[in-house]
Amino acid sequence: MLKIHNLTKRFGGLAAVNNVSIEFEANKINAIIGPNGAGKSTFFNLVAGAMAPTEGRIEYQGMDITGMACDRIARLGIARTFQTTMLFDQSTVLDNLIVGHRLRTQSRLWDVIINSKRLRDEEKKCRARAQEVLDFVGLSHIGHRITADISQEEKKRVAFALALATDPELVLLDEPAGGINPEETENLAALIRKMVDHGVTVCLIEHKMDMIMSLADKIMVIDHGEKIAEGTPDEVKNNPLVIEAYLGSDEDAAA
Amino acid sequence: MELFFQQVLNGLTLGSIYGLVALGLTLVYGILHVPNFAHGALYMVGAYVSYITMVDFGVNYWVAMLLAAVAVALLAVLCERLVFNPLRHAPPIHDKIAAIGIMLFLEALVQMQWGAEFRRMPTPYTDILDIAGMTIPAQRVLIIAGAFSLMAVLHLFLKKTMTGSTIVAMAQNREGAFLVGIDANRVAMMTFAISGALAAVGATLFAPINLVYPAMGHLLIMKAFVIIILGGMGSIPGAIVGGLIIGFAEAFGGFYISTDYKDIIAFALLVVILSIKPTGLFSKGVH
Amino acid sequence: MSALTKISNFFMTPAMKIAMIVAALLFPFVAGNEYQIYVMALAFVWAIAVYGMNIITGLCGQLNLAHGGFFAMGAYALAILTVDHGWAFWPAFIAAGAVGAILGFLVGVISLRLKEHYFAIFTLCVGFIIYLLLDKWEELTHGALGIINIPAPSGFGLVDFTETTPFYYLALAFMVLSIWLASRIAHSLLGRTFLAIRISDDLAASLGINLMRNKVLAFVLSTTYASVAGALYAGMVRFIGPAEAEVTHTFDMITYLLVGGIGTLMGPLLGTLVITWLTQSLQFLEEYRMIVFGPMLVVLVIFFPKGVVGSFLSWRGRRLAAAHDASQAKEKAASNTSSSKSSAASTQEAGNHA
Ligand SMILES: Nc1ncnc2c1ncn2[C@@H]1O[C@H](COP(=O)(O)OP(=O)(O)OP(=O)(O)O)[C@@H](O)[C@H]1O
Ligand SMILES: [Mg+2]
Repeated sequence: MLKIHNLTKRFGGLAAVNNVSIEFEANKINAIIGPNGAGKSTFFNLVAGAMAPTEGRIEYQGMDITGMACDRIARLGIARTFQTTMLFDQSTVLDNLIVGHRLRTQSRLWDVIINSKRLRDEEKKCRARAQEVLDFVGLSHIGHRITADISQEEKKRVAFALALATDPELVLLDEPAGGINPEETENLAALIRKMVDHGVTVCLIEHKMDMIMSLADKIMVIDHGEKIAEGTPDEVKNNPLVIEAYLGSDEDAAA
Repeated sequence: MELFFQQVLNGLTLGSIYGLVALGLTLVYGILHVPNFAHGALYMVGAYVSYITMVDFGVNYWVAMLLAAVAVALLAVLCERLVFNPLRHAPPIHDKIAAIGIMLFLEALVQMQWGAEFRRMPTPYTDILDIAGMTIPAQRVLIIAGAFSLMAVLHLFLKKTMTGSTIVAMAQNREGAFLVGIDANRVAMMTFAISGALAAVGATLFAPINLVYPAMGHLLIMKAFVIIILGGMGSIPGAIVGGLIIGFAEAFGGFYISTDYKDIIAFALLVVILSIKPTGLFSKGVH
Repeated sequence: MSALTKISNFFMTPAMKIAMIVAALLFPFVAGNEYQIYVMALAFVWAIAVYGMNIITGLCGQLNLAHGGFFAMGAYALAILTVDHGWAFWPAFIAAGAVGAILGFLVGVISLRLKEHYFAIFTLCVGFIIYLLLDKWEELTHGALGIINIPAPSGFGLVDFTETTPFYYLALAFMVLSIWLASRIAHSLLGRTFLAIRISDDLAASLGINLMRNKVLAFVLSTTYASVAGALYAGMVRFIGPAEAEVTHTFDMITYLLVGGIGTLMGPLLGTLVITWLTQSLQFLEEYRMIVFGPMLVVLVIFFPKGVVGSFLSWRGRRLAAAHDASQAKEKAASNTSSSKSSAASTQEAGNHA
């Protein structure tokens, strides 16, 4: 589904992502792990088109999407969440989600001025989709709440829902379980599995090893921008390079 | 040739003052990411403090400059404590609006107190020097020498002192600075104080060949912003070089093209440059 | 339902809108003198411009400090076309709007590539360039003298817009039209698109939103509002000068916006009216109003960033959510004792709230 060839991103002298090649299969949970500052988020930024790579090629469903604008990539079916959850705090949860389906609509200023049938239909469609994804992430009971008032875990779920509202085939999740307690983390893992069951391919960055090891089909480990290992959880767990470069040096992971 | 050198001198005078004001602005921006729209008002307050202490209290020029620097530094710290610090985590639009609020307040206050009329600041250095056949007003020499020595002092301070290197460290990496236990509040106050003092000294140097009035900071602050965008927001050498570029462009543009439009040159330059390169002239693609 | 809830609900009903329009229509009859009508009409004209600012700054999150410049540009376009080129008022008025849109497009395409602070600073400079051009380009703008004898809007022999009261109704009509369009935009997918950009460029782009296209659209809409307001202003005061483009006007508009509630629908109107009348009633303040407004801006962004309308809306939103939760809890309890009728009714009730 996603093929990365020799991807490199340099910021001045620093190679945040360095010559990474990997392939992610459809309908699987792919995880990316690595110490802080390893270049994981940058990798996502490159795939999602938020920044252009210095070198290398990104292939999505056989199409070359290298350097393509972020919004076009989103329309091709790649959605993402961010490390810090961004939502509009002052409106309701449901209102936050409606814009998620905007990219599947056509209405323009003129439709807005004359309140065209197309606009009304599309608004109905977006609202319906918002309700649907809200149900999917299990939050239909708080759709009416002001977003500022919901919990951190609920916000993470809303961010998932927003990504799902774009009708993606591939979802990139950047540290979905960051700042969330263990019990909630398990619920979130269940939600991620549910997404895959519904035909969405997931790619996630996470520091929580328990979650990754039980969830992922395939893991890529990066350190200082370079891929140092890839494989199933067991392969990665027993890889001496990983133990030395990552697990050994990071207390977080050992815990 | 004589005229040409006059323009060089003009450019140097303007450029050194612009550089001084832009330095304060860029320091604050680099460390706190606040585009301090009130910086021009601080400059203006500096000019008034010097003026009042000199004219009403008969204080010596240099003492007045020192008083102005201290007063404006305190004022800047007050702004940081009362306004910018509480807005640290607010959306970026908020601190800009707050800075505008401070600016409006200071200008209105000065105008209420001292009126809107133009005043001429006295200076003890009214001689005309004759150097290598060129006539040069002493105040201009003072401006250039004063501004550049202040820049040198600032450079030494940032490089050689503990506090200075802390400021530089924080400008380069805010999060990292927190990790190694730098007292962010102290650095923030320090930065605002330096920036205010630079503005006040710049004003006291420049005002004798210019005029003192409540809106005197408007044009200057906009040019200072142009300069730090050209030079890269947060870059200290960028502010100095940018200041000189704008100073020379104005001196020569005003002379060879049109004095009417000389104030537009800086902005036109900005528009052209940002149209071609949205990240500024000297930025390295890092934010 | 408490009285408070009833009142707060009333604010959101069509009846409230009608009440407001009726009040505005009756205002000239209850106003003490013609001057008050004049002030109100002027406030309406400014409010139109503030609605424009609300689109780019409130909805889309980009602080445009050239807004006053575009207002002045609309005024000058109208004045130059009517006074120097003999155009009739209404064609010149339309042209002024078009000038605002076209220049807005050109400026927007360049400036909106810049983010946050860069954009604010850039537009501050653009505003200043506009001021300098109006002041110095004497052949076109009459320079510092300004332009006098601008014609009032022509009433086609039916009404005389040089009179204050007819002009008041004209300004009111334009303002209602502006609010109507603003509300269409804000409540549509387009408004939601703008709002996504306000939250974050990155988020919006990841949702498939074309940043540049939408930002330029919001910008052009806002500059068109500004120049239309400027043209009306020129037709009202009948003489203009470069001072129209001073950045203070932009700052005034920011104040109106912030007091009323940035990004809300009724905030711009409320803020403009409140501040205009406050300034009027404190006449001595006119020149020194910034002594009050400056600190007020600071206090607002620190303690009260949502403004009057924004605070009201979130207060109401919380109450509704709480009421909803309560009714759901009741419903649960009721369904335990298997009373499907009451549960249907309370769902209905909750639906009405939402
Ligand atoms: N826009 C940027 N400009 C310059 N440097 C950047 C930029 N974005 C990231 N970096 C640098 O690239 C490196 C990798 O950052 P990245 O955010 O990808 O790490 P990460 O693996 O996601 O870390 P974390 O686990 O802390 O989220 C870091 O050193 C960071 O400072
Ligand atoms: Mg990261």
